[in-house]
Amino acid sequence: MTAQEIYDNLKAKFGDAVGEARLDALQPWIAISETRTREICQFLRDEPAFAFDYLSCLSGVDYADGKLGVVYHLFSMIHRHKIVLRTMCTREHPHIQSVSAVWGTANWHEREAYDMFGIVFDEHPDLRRILCGDDYPGYPLRKDFKVPEFYNGMKVPY
Amino acid sequence: MKESRTLPTDYVSSPERTSSGRTLRTDEMILNMGPQHPSTHGVLRLELVVDGEIIVDVIPHIGYLHRCFEKHAEHMTNYQQVIPYADRMDYLSSMCNDWAYALAVEKLLKLEIPERVQYIRLIMAELQRIASHLIAVGTYAIDMGAFTPFLWCFRDRERILDLFEMTCGARLLYNYIWVGGVSHDLPPRFVEKAKDFCRDFRKTLKEVHDVLTYNEIFIKRTANVGVLPKDVAINYACSGPMLRGSGVDWDLRRDDPYGIYDRFEWAVQIGKGEAGTVGDCWDRYMVRMREMEESTKLIEQAVASIPEGNVQSAIPKRIRPEAGEVYVRSESPRGELGFYVISDGTASPYRVKARAPAFVNLSVLPEISRGAMVADLVAIAGSVDIVLGEVDR
Amino acid sequence: MEELLQSIIGESWILYVLLAAPPLVFILVYALVTVWTEMKVSAHMQDRLAYMYTGPHGVLQPLADILKLLQKEDTVPAAADKPLFIMAPYLVFIGTYAGFAALPFSSAYIGSDINLGAFYIIAVSSIVVVGLLMAGWASNNKWSIFGAMRSAAQIVSYEIPTALALLVAVMITGSLNLQDVIRFQEGGILNWVVFGGPLPVVQKLLLLPFTLTAFLIMFIAGVAEVNRTPFDLPEAESELVQGYNTEYSGMKFAIFYLAEYANMYLVSGVAACLFLGGWSSPFGDFMSGPLWGVFWIVVKGYFFVFLQIWIRWTLPRLRVDQLMYTSWKVLIPFLFACLFGVGLILVL
Repeated sequence: MTAQEIYDNLKAKFGDAVGEARLDALQPWIAISETRTREICQFLRDEPAFAFDYLSCLSGVDYADGKLGVVYHLFSMIHRHKIVLRTMCTREHPHIQSVSAVWGTANWHEREAYDMFGIVFDEHPDLRRILCGDDYPGYPLRKDFKVPEFYNGMKVPY
Repeated sequence: MKESRTLPTDYVSSPERTSSGRTLRTDEMILNMGPQHPSTHGVLRLELVVDGEIIVDVIPHIGYLHRCFEKHAEHMTNYQQVIPYADRMDYLSSMCNDWAYALAVEKLLKLEIPERVQYIRLIMAELQRIASHLIAVGTYAIDMGAFTPFLWCFRDRERILDLFEMTCGARLLYNYIWVGGVSHDLPPRFVEKAKDFCRDFRKTLKEVHDVLTYNEIFIKRTANVGVLPKDVAINYACSGPMLRGSGVDWDLRRDDPYGIYDRFEWAVQIGKGEAGTVGDCWDRYMVRMREMEESTKLIEQAVASIPEGNVQSAIPKRIRPEAGEVYVRSESPRGELGFYVISDGTASPYRVKARAPAFVNLSVLPEISRGAMVADLVAIAGSVDIVLGEVDR
Repeated sequence: MEELLQSIIGESWILYVLLAAPPLVFILVYALVTVWTEMKVSAHMQDRLAYMYTGPHGVLQPLADILKLLQKEDTVPAAADKPLFIMAPYLVFIGTYAGFAALPFSSAYIGSDINLGAFYIIAVSSIVVVGLLMAGWASNNKWSIFGAMRSAAQIVSYEIPTALALLVAVMITGSLNLQDVIRFQEGGILNWVVFGGPLPVVQKLLLLPFTLTAFLIMFIAGVAEVNRTPFDLPEAESELVQGYNTEYSGMKFAIFYLAEYANMYLVSGVAACLFLGGWSSPFGDFMSGPLWGVFWIVVKGYFFVFLQIWIRWTLPRLRVDQLMYTSWKVLIPFLFACLFGVGLILVL
């Protein structure tokens, strides 16, 4: 299936939840709404024509215009096609629906995105920080992150 | 069914609760396979909830080796400067890390790679694959109590490290495969020494097979233990020997091709459940052993037909890709190593996300070890083959 | 030897100290030699050289190791149960050393000539279990408890195959007194119990499979008693960071170590006495006599110690439930069959 076909199908099924798409980029991507990610991903996984059963990568991104986003790289073992999905949320209300019910691997990836960017994934079974210490202040990979002067009483060297 | 907790309140385990909030029954106990432990292969903390010797739940805690690779990459003034950081992620297979990152940036730049460079990269990656699997197998043997194969594996790994040292001067962290080429050409006697190594290595493989693979005790410890079913493996995005051990015929070198793997004769090894069930620890171990043989074949074929050329001709003076993003994946010894690189048109990367195979493979550990005994957990954790540098980045 | 010393010193407590001393001296010297052997055997199997600098080929290394252990800081964990913690290694050593009392070193010397020698050895070496449990409990460390529990279960389970195999030998020789057992086997290699004992050829041939099996099982059970690989799960380095040993350092660790080597020799020595003729020479009259007796028992015992070291560096370790399975469902049924067979053949 080509990216155009996937986009058309999704748009037909989900309407407004599917936003813009850049299908002529090096790796075509489709934007989806942050409140219906689970539904859309469930459809993409279960529908036999798509069969996106492999979530290669789930990355958090801090976009330059003050928005946070999550990028999903999906792959189908059966049909061997790929697609990239993208959702965005604002810094004031950083909530995105979790897809860990669809792919088990999303559990840890979303925990990392929460840890690094502060994106809260709704319906995630166990959203805790995964790499930084549990009481670490701030979200390190955000562009406006300032390294704290002291952490637990220790002076941070740089 | 757990209600979702988005803001954690309690991080420390107590006699009644684990650190993830699960309450304990009276006959259960929390046992900490703490960050310092001989068989967790690095600083990994496994919080076990045990009922006697049977494990009821495993909660892995990672992050002890987090070195902010992604943040560093954003602050580099040059795409080439990220390569030493990529080396240090999975420090046991640095060549493959370098190559994966170089592939991603080269795709953004749409670079043509010269033939000789392709051959050299393949040879280095396959040598690195053998070295990494030797450690995986050796440490797995020592976890099972067989102390001797560990030293035989390391003896052969020393020869591979000698080859690497001949070429780029480093034994573990090479900074060798750069965007557009490699840093040094092969030294004069490299081909001859590589051929000698391949010939002698087959003898060691046979020795290890004799002592370990078909040993009754080893089979009893690893067969039917930690069975990972196919659909669970795909759902948890396992890759590499974990996925192939469960019977899925999937190898990125053949199925999502990069480099020149398609010019040589080699086969993808999958687990067939010869000693027990498909997808048990023995299958994963056997996939690694057989992959080492396949890598030897690849190296022999590659060094026999390597062409001449200048290895640094395609290395760009200034790397300033146009704005865009790309996700490229390659087959590292542990599985699918992917780099998601976002460029904003400047000389510095905007975002580099490393999809580490060990991180993803480790997330399936709780699923496959419920109901196993504590001794089995050592076998299972060893068969996942994690490197904490990669898990934590 | 007892009479000789008694005639010199007379009946006093010094006599008994002198009689009890030789096994201790032997254990200390033997432990140094075995440490060196283990180091060298493991090194050559692993395709490397061991220590080469402390003395030629590292012969002074065990001495250096002992000196190091003696001068190490003797830490006791703050939350540990102090009296038990301190007593545990000594109890383990006492259990083993007490077994040496009934092990005959030659026709002229045996620490204590008891009529129930073999039975006494099996019984008293169970004190080791108490010592191990104390060590595990007193360390106040969950991993140590794991190791101690596994160890106790293992040693107790493997006492039974040891005792049953011993019974096979005793049935053939007719006595529990180890000196009598060895005298029964005097006269050369073909008289050894493992080859059927000094009985008519027909009976020997019939007994051969049973005695060989019993001997093999005795050796395996002995390796399990000592907590050596493939049965070393209680102190499995890769799981329990040394198991019950984890919190011990310095002198106390040295005592545990010594007790382990002494135990290795004890089970080898007992197996050698019961099945391989003890201090009697395999050549009959050639090379036999009280002093040659010492030589033969040391050589035979040491051969099995070497075998234990060899096996340790070759095989992986069994899991705890597989260990139990081996003892109860494999070794014991085989031994029952042996007992039955041997009894039948001796009666007929």
